[in-house]
Amino acid sequence: MPEEPTKVLDVKGLYCPMPIVKLSVAIKEVPIGGVIKVIATEEAFPPDVESWCRNTGNELLSSTESDGEFTVTIRRKK
Amino acid sequence: MDDEKKRVSIVVFSGEMDKLQAAFIIAVGGASAGMPVDMFFTFWGLSALRDAKASGGQKNFMEKMFGRMLPKGPKALPLSKMDMMGIGRKMMKNVMKKKGMTSLPELMEVAHQLGVKLHACEMSMKVLGFSREELAGTVEDVVGVASYIEDASKSNITLFI
Repeated sequence: MPEEPTKVLDVKGLYCPMPIVKLSVAIKEVPIGGVIKVIATEEAFPPDVESWCRNTGNELLSSTESDGEFTVTIRRKK
Repeated sequence: MDDEKKRVSIVVFSGEMDKLQAAFIIAVGGASAGMPVDMFFTFWGLSALRDAKASGGQKNFMEKMFGRMLPKGPKALPLSKMDMMGIGRKMMKNVMKKKGMTSLPELMEVAHQLGVKLHACEMSMKVLGFSREELAGTVEDVVGVASYIEDASKSNITLFI
């Protein structure tokens, strides 16, 4: 069963670099070990968020698409 | 200086809106990944840092000419291609706004909030006759090449735009 996110961030309609900027700010409001769920419409968001997670050491738990909406969940690691 | 972290340093030589847009997107991306980001503005790049409202104080003839002919701040920058005396610039801004993209002044504000540091090159300021007072308050300091070399030598990413 998927873990309940501590925080949900809606970045629908936003373009590069704003979804990643908003994510980097919002994840600071999640306790370490907590999960943030992000919903975006930008196609670059799924590959970008993968890179961002590798670069920042946070854990990408899931990445899904439905009807042009991309939903990812990330665990804050530090 | 935090030696542990990966860093980004960018030389901004160009004074065109599209190139500045690219520079600030990269800067903001680096800052969003938790990296310290330093941007060094030299020559035409300094136009982006000009405060549209500030006056430059006492200037000689050449300095006055540069002051008048160069754009005053991010809103006044031309495009590097298809500017068409300002028509292309207006069209580009409209398209970006309609599609919900972030404008250059907005990006510069985000960069400031994320702690991106802006440095102005003293020699270029002298050549163009720009005083510290006519540059934006967000400019961290006025520096020379040694500052860039120090930052760049500690950076994992360094760019010349």
